[in-house]
Amino acid sequence: MHKTSIVESASEAPNDRSSVIRLDNLNKIYETRDGGRIQALGPISMEIGEGEFISIVGPSGCGKSTLLRMLAGLMSRTSGDIFIRDKLISGPQKDFGMVFQSPVLLPWKTVIQNVLLPVKILKLNMNDYRKRAEDLLDLVGLGDFREKYPQELSGGMQQRVAIARALVHDPAVLLMDEPFGALDAMTRENMNVELRRIWKESGKTILFVTHSIPEAVFLGTRVLVLSSRPGTIADLIDVDLPTDRTLETMTHDRFGTYTNRVRNQFKAQGAIE
Amino acid sequence: MSTETTAAISTPRANPVIRLIKNRPEIILVPLLFIIVTTGWEIAIHWMDVPIYIFPAPSNIFYALVERLGNGLYIEHAWYTLSEALLGFLLAMVGGIVIGSFIAQFRIVEKTLYPYLIAIQTTPKVAIAPLFILWFGFGITSKIIIAAMIAFFPILVNVIAGLRSTDPQQIDLMRSLQATRWQIFVTVRLPSALPMIFAGLQIAIIFSILGAIVGEFVGSNKGLGNLILQMNFNLDTAGVFGALVCLSTIGICLHLIMKFIQKKLLFWSNDSNVPSA
Repeated sequence: MHKTSIVESASEAPNDRSSVIRLDNLNKIYETRDGGRIQALGPISMEIGEGEFISIVGPSGCGKSTLLRMLAGLMSRTSGDIFIRDKLISGPQKDFGMVFQSPVLLPWKTVIQNVLLPVKILKLNMNDYRKRAEDLLDLVGLGDFREKYPQELSGGMQQRVAIARALVHDPAVLLMDEPFGALDAMTRENMNVELRRIWKESGKTILFVTHSIPEAVFLGTRVLVLSSRPGTIADLIDVDLPTDRTLETMTHDRFGTYTNRVRNQFKAQGAIE
Repeated sequence: MSTETTAAISTPRANPVIRLIKNRPEIILVPLLFIIVTTGWEIAIHWMDVPIYIFPAPSNIFYALVERLGNGLYIEHAWYTLSEALLGFLLAMVGGIVIGSFIAQFRIVEKTLYPYLIAIQTTPKVAIAPLFILWFGFGITSKIIIAAMIAFFPILVNVIAGLRSTDPQQIDLMRSLQATRWQIFVTVRLPSALPMIFAGLQIAIIFSILGAIVGEFVGSNKGLGNLILQMNFNLDTAGVFGALVCLSTIGICLHLIMKFIQKKLLFWSNDSNVPSA
């Protein structure tokens, strides 16, 4: 059931098969107060290739956010290994950019200062990265809002600032934890199209946690479906849809096939009726 | 990108003065209440023939105020009291922020200091004031210390609460960037604690005047508190009221200055109108 998948040449998977992330028997076990042990996640083993867009879906409580937080080094793993470019890691990495469910911008800093936050914290050269930050704001369509404060921006715009911030120190991987969950449906659809474009233009590897099945299929080159707690790999679907995805893509025959496949997995898990 | 539509209530051609009064009736109501109260007070005093040394009329207070402002008596003493209060406030601010930061950052510091802080806080500071006069004399030092002690706790409590109220997601963001404890403190914790710290400072600045006056009451040779005692002793009740007017003027000015700094510094905070003492 949990096949250790290698990067198959899905329609959009890049040709070089170098893996960026390798998860080896990853587990998260919580200890309860009375000394019991609850397996929250795992075992999970998989490889993620350079430039892939992995959507992660699963029933609520299956540990998809836990998986992402373990990768980001915000949460310790109980057992198993995480390799980034064949290097075993523990703790937070410069190789990751993180986008949270809410934008988490600092309200006392301007948009450009917020984008440059990782540069400041990682003590990189401000002058080298200023231009890059401005370019990234152009990339997310906020070139005119550099000197504004976050409160002056809408929710969708704030989340785009957060994406620019996550990309500014040029990390190999973008980790996104339900980043559009708090947006209204229309904004969310637009952000999905935007994110596909940003992904293509930046060439980053993206891991995207969501609980929207259509969003997962629309965005991903592969969709990782987790089982209910403890979260294990229930299915790993190569999404063979056109590279240039628009809202039209959602009417595609295969789009329906993929969403049904995910939905059936959910049904098998007893997560939906 | 939602634009909020604000309902325009005011009619465009209305007289601007009338419109201002309609929107902010307090501009009229506050002075009106003042006039009613002082007039009533004036009439009552004359009507009941109360002696001036028991309860002076507003006009007596006004003359006392003008005379002593004119000869510089109030200014001299007010300046002295203000210096005591401000220096005490500064001391309390530095102490409150530094100690509060250590308590909020390190559990062990909190656990160690907590019982002592409770003990000091529950002791009425006024009761300790005579000791400070004994140790530091009748001069300005003892007043500064008493003012600082009274102003210290509201700052301390707000610094700790403010530093603890940081959005955990902001901490996660910083941790995901491998930020050090110091970087997290300076970049996220301290700035996001500022609205609460300012609420504490607002209370503290008023408390520091209280502290200075208490110190002067217990033992001093200068300051508005000292002047009030002297005038009271001489049954110069109108003079006492005049000194009280000076004191509350100082208090209002300090409050407004703090509010101004707060507004400039915390433009980003949506609760910059935090209540204050």
